[in-house]
Amino acid sequence: MSETPHIDIDYVAKLARLDMTEEEKSKLGAQLDDILGYFDKLNSVDVEGVEPMAHAHRVANVWREGDQPDETYAPEILTGMAPDQRDNQVVVPKVVE
Amino acid sequence: MSDLHFKTITELAAMLAAGETTSVAITQAVIERTAAVDGQVKAFLSSDPEDALAQAKTSDERRTSGKAIGPLDGIPIGIKDTLAVKGQPLRCASKMLENYVSPFDATCITKLREAGAIIWGRLNMDEFAMGSSTENSAFQTTCNPWNLETIPGGSSGGSAAAMSAGEAIATLGTDTGGSIRQPAALCGVVGMKPTYGLISRYGLVAFASSLDQVGPFARTVEDAALLMEAMLGKDPLDSTSIAPQGETNYAAALKEKKGPWKLGVPQEFFGEGIDPEVKVNIEKAIDWYKEQGCEIVDISLPHSELAVPVYYIVATAEASSNLARFDGVRYGHRSDEAKDALTLFTKSRGEGFGDEVKRRIILGTYVLSSGYYDAYYLRAQKVRRRILGDFEKAFEQVDAILTPTSPTPAFKRGERANDPLAMYSSDVYTISVNLAGLPAISIPSGFTENGLPIGLQVIGKAFGEADMFAIANAFEQGHDYYKAVPAL
Repeated sequence: MSETPHIDIDYVAKLARLDMTEEEKSKLGAQLDDILGYFDKLNSVDVEGVEPMAHAHRVANVWREGDQPDETYAPEILTGMAPDQRDNQVVVPKVVE
Repeated sequence: MSDLHFKTITELAAMLAAGETTSVAITQAVIERTAAVDGQVKAFLSSDPEDALAQAKTSDERRTSGKAIGPLDGIPIGIKDTLAVKGQPLRCASKMLENYVSPFDATCITKLREAGAIIWGRLNMDEFAMGSSTENSAFQTTCNPWNLETIPGGSSGGSAAAMSAGEAIATLGTDTGGSIRQPAALCGVVGMKPTYGLISRYGLVAFASSLDQVGPFARTVEDAALLMEAMLGKDPLDSTSIAPQGETNYAAALKEKKGPWKLGVPQEFFGEGIDPEVKVNIEKAIDWYKEQGCEIVDISLPHSELAVPVYYIVATAEASSNLARFDGVRYGHRSDEAKDALTLFTKSRGEGFGDEVKRRIILGTYVLSSGYYDAYYLRAQKVRRRILGDFEKAFEQVDAILTPTSPTPAFKRGERANDPLAMYSSDVYTISVNLAGLPAISIPSGFTENGLPIGLQVIGKAFGEADMFAIANAFEQGHDYYKAVPAL
């Protein structure tokens, strides 16, 4: 990475499913270039053979014991949080033609 | 108005036990104080005085019938807006969750309730805990009680300001890169981030899951220790929570442990970027420990300067993944312009999230995207291990590490709002601790000439909270700084 790549904001915003105005994009573009330039500091360190660290402790998979379901919530509590709902179901715009 | 709101948990617990006051009186004092000063401080997003007084009445009845639980019974504790409290708004200071009400209690809240504490109000923060000044809240800007023109720090700025102004006896915050310790330093109170995994994250809205931890703000180290004792422990609802190791009777232990300790001072934390007054103040604190017979060891944490870039890759990557859940379908904001599946997501997210959250989602999505993953995310994870290695090496020699908490005292509102890199540098001394999963505490260590608080950071070994508290307590009790309160 001798040259800092310029982020294609339209492409990344599409990946992130995030709508942004032209004004937001142009402001962010300049800031992101600065931030990515700053990330280049990481190239100064030799990481050959270093194991990546995703977590502070070594934690293995944790499996639930048995099949006892935990206490849960009434459907109306859960669907009641949705922006639109009917008959204990979440209503969304039409998604299939 | 009584002065109950500025007392410590320990003092109030003794008064309650002696029948000199009641939980209702304490809670009433906190409610009245909040009514009197929060118009200036703006720490609370919402509060429910009736609910708090009802909890206090229950506590008093329990005490009258001889069933008082312990030191936290009857003590009002303010809660950051990122922790779930059943029946209360949970908005993360975001328009995305403007109308959300939590259906359950976070585990740390359940544990505080079991200890008899009064759960009090919703405290302002940077949106989704992303920020260092609490200016990124979608609803209001919190002021530093020591100088209302300045920021309280962040992201738990409401928790720090409310603590400092006497609007709660203690508060809870969350710390992903310094979000408890930095505002604690800037507001002149105690703020502590535990070893990763010690407190369950169940019911904490996820920002960067490998870094996020819940922790207390308090007036004294002993109070913070009492809160930690109540909240810690492995939780079946959070598979990254861990059973504590070693001494956990922190409050009792901090009085018994007298040192002298071997304390490391990393040269890298006193170089470029530090405010001269902060530097002198922390050097004076280090001299104090030396005068008490502690051995001061010069140590090196050579990868420290890489902690900020590593953090902004790891944390944004995790955030972009965690925040994918806000899609306008099951809860949260839904755009009126949503016409199909795609615009349901894009429009709802575009309208619901603020500038900093969008910045981090884009950055996180980018560093995880095909072609850039290895160069950024994978490389950052490897450097993260180097940072941990620095600490492991240092802790072979020393019991704890002393540093400034923040390179500068509180800065003016708006000063860094349009300069993300300057804002990110606010956390330069706190971030490496989260990357390494270690415990650390910020305690008041004095004031600048302009009367702004300065904080000393004590970093402990993993699960070394007992020693860390004892070392911090020694300094606190050797000085009067913790007794100072802002004039409002």
